[in-house]
Amino acid sequence: MKRLLLTALALIMTAALLPLAACHGQKGLPEFRMPEAFDDAGEYEITFWAKNDTNITQVNIYKQAIADFEAAYPNVKVNLRLYTDYGKIYNDVITNIATGTTPNVCITYPDHIATYITGENVVLPIGGIMDDPDYGLGGEKVRFDAPKRSEVVGKYLDECIVAGEYYALPFMRSTEACYINRDMVEKLGYEVPDVLTWDFIWEVSDAAMEQDSDGNYKVNGQKVLIPFIYKSTDNMMIQQLRQKGAGYSDDEGRILLFNDETKALLYEIAEHAEKRSFSTFKISSYPGNFLNAGQCIFAIDSTAGATWMGSHAKHHDIAQDSIVEFETVVRPVPQFDPESPKMISQGPSVCVFNKRDPQEVLASWLFAQFLLTNSVQTAYSQTEGYVPVTEKARQSPEYVDYLSREGEDDDLYYSVKLQASKLLLENADNTFITPVWRGSASLRDAAGTLIENTVRSVRRNEKVDDAYMQKLFSDVTSLYRLDGGSGTNVGKKEFGPLSPTAKTLLIALAAAWVLIGAYFGRNAVKKLAEQRRTNSI
Amino acid sequence: MKKILCMALVVLFAVTALVGCTKKEPKDAKSKGVMTHAEYMAAEIEAPVVIETYVQAKQSWWENKATLYTADSEGAYFIYNMACTEEEYAKLTPGTKIKVTGFKSEWAGEFEVAEGATFEIEEGNYIASPVDLTDVFGKDELIDHQNELFTVKGLTVEAMDDGAAYWYSYDNSGEEGSDLYFKVKLGEEVYTFTVESYLCGADSDVYKAVKALNVGDTIDVEGFLYWYNGVNPHITSVTVK
Repeated sequence: MKRLLLTALALIMTAALLPLAACHGQKGLPEFRMPEAFDDAGEYEITFWAKNDTNITQVNIYKQAIADFEAAYPNVKVNLRLYTDYGKIYNDVITNIATGTTPNVCITYPDHIATYITGENVVLPIGGIMDDPDYGLGGEKVRFDAPKRSEVVGKYLDECIVAGEYYALPFMRSTEACYINRDMVEKLGYEVPDVLTWDFIWEVSDAAMEQDSDGNYKVNGQKVLIPFIYKSTDNMMIQQLRQKGAGYSDDEGRILLFNDETKALLYEIAEHAEKRSFSTFKISSYPGNFLNAGQCIFAIDSTAGATWMGSHAKHHDIAQDSIVEFETVVRPVPQFDPESPKMISQGPSVCVFNKRDPQEVLASWLFAQFLLTNSVQTAYSQTEGYVPVTEKARQSPEYVDYLSREGEDDDLYYSVKLQASKLLLENADNTFITPVWRGSASLRDAAGTLIENTVRSVRRNEKVDDAYMQKLFSDVTSLYRLDGGSGTNVGKKEFGPLSPTAKTLLIALAAAWVLIGAYFGRNAVKKLAEQRRTNSI
Repeated sequence: MKKILCMALVVLFAVTALVGCTKKEPKDAKSKGVMTHAEYMAAEIEAPVVIETYVQAKQSWWENKATLYTADSEGAYFIYNMACTEEEYAKLTPGTKIKVTGFKSEWAGEFEVAEGATFEIEEGNYIASPVDLTDVFGKDELIDHQNELFTVKGLTVEAMDDGAAYWYSYDNSGEEGSDLYFKVKLGEEVYTFTVESYLCGADSDVYKAVKALNVGDTIDVEGFLYWYNGVNPHITSVTVK
């Protein structure tokens, strides 16, 4: 009877564990093996989750790329799903890893891949595949003019290494830029330097806060002015720390963000937030809208937002009659040491998800590779202040011609956009990325939250002192679960909630353990009682 | 004298009774320490605020943050990314009374209770009736109705730049499930209205109704008077005349 009960319990537990292992983390997918040849006889349907900057031209480039790829591979159908937010893609991928329904090809960031690869064989490692003589980059059997591995910018390719393996191809690269209303800077008695310093930007911003007796700011004659607005405060903190040579995190996932240099930076930010000469996107809205309305002097945003910047920007979402005329100049983000500028490298990469059918994976890999062809690279990079990620595209006559025509019109050759692209091309050696590990996306969020919370607190007349900083560090550490030490257990949300099936199974598992416990407990009590009885006799 | 006294008393009673009849008790008297809508509107940006209000619609929930359209009998509020668990969010059905503690902020012209506010559910229930703003659109006082549930009648659907009746996203770069944008004409003015996909997704009646619109249709709409660099109504209902 005892044996029977134990066997039954063991069976319940095994039954409960098996489906869990299968559904959570999509374990069980076989490692991809390159087929000998691409199967032209079968029909393959793959899904591409693509991010655009709410830009119809970018969407049309994706659609054209799909049409061109399908022409080369008529038995492959590519379904496009559009996103405008990296965070939404990340969350959807996480949810779909749990259900085994990931897309085939997906625009992504290496920070996100670090979480995706927690599941076994979920994302395709491409280190070896890139060099496959037939189907690798520019391989012999690839049916389009793909770049060879040596033609992809090595630095950008290396940015796709996660946990020692290549898990993505770079798709586009951008950095951040400072878009400046030169007229207002000069009205305040300053000249825009080639390389901005933080001291300069703070000084000019504070100087701009002078008002007349009617409450209008003297520099713009309006009631509204925020001289300096930063869009992505996570980047702001990361770049400031890198420029200072201070800690943020290391390759092993050790968190170094909460240090004295960070505090010092926050105190300085607080000082200018108190004067209202500095604000952020999350607190005040898009820097570009204030810039274009003559209500901001220094707007820091991605080079991929260049078409929203300046009096003649193609894109804007404020009333036409509130846009003022001024000269826009573009500079790298402010520096602590202008002789050694440092700026973030960002921009979309593209990864391939593993599937049971290697032919489906090969079709996906080929499509990902197609996104690096000159036609896609040059067209997409021209939609914003992006740069192509292949030397092949950069050196193409079409792209060289494009760069030479800065300012010819306010559309394709929009001056601000081309200035932004050139800024990155000229500073390629000055860009950096932060270490990627599971949870690095959360650390990035935490870096931004430190600034956002400090600015908010100052605006709410809270005292920002050492006690405040201690509490802020503690709150942010807790919010983003950064106290795990080495980044293995970090993050606000790594996987989606368990499915009802998984929950049921977990409950069954718990119940089984309770039953086992009860059974052995009962036996132990019985044994003890018998022992006592024996002893008392 | 007795008669005069009696008549005087009768008149007094009658007047008292009449006054009693016309005196209107506020529908939702505020608890101690809670602001009226007027006080909330008068509060400085970044000032602490405490309001009692009723959920009118839920826009979204994500990572323990809820965004709500709420109202009391005096006006409306937009509550952005309030701290809220998924279980709590499920309890916030339309009409639910909540006390919200946070800070006032302004984002692109939209006055809101800023991210991170806290709340507690209270006894009470109220659903606002839509206020007819047909004659107010285009006038400065429209902003006084910010975030209210409103209706506008007799609008004409205008063509988007490519002749379509609606677009997915503001420049048609979206797809099924994205926000819908459509233009309507009222008098001589043309406005852009939005079906906000988090508030009313692709399965909602209004989403389907907007997709069925034709240029030139005359419609009545209902929605929340959201603001983004100017009026940017989030439409919840469309009726073709």
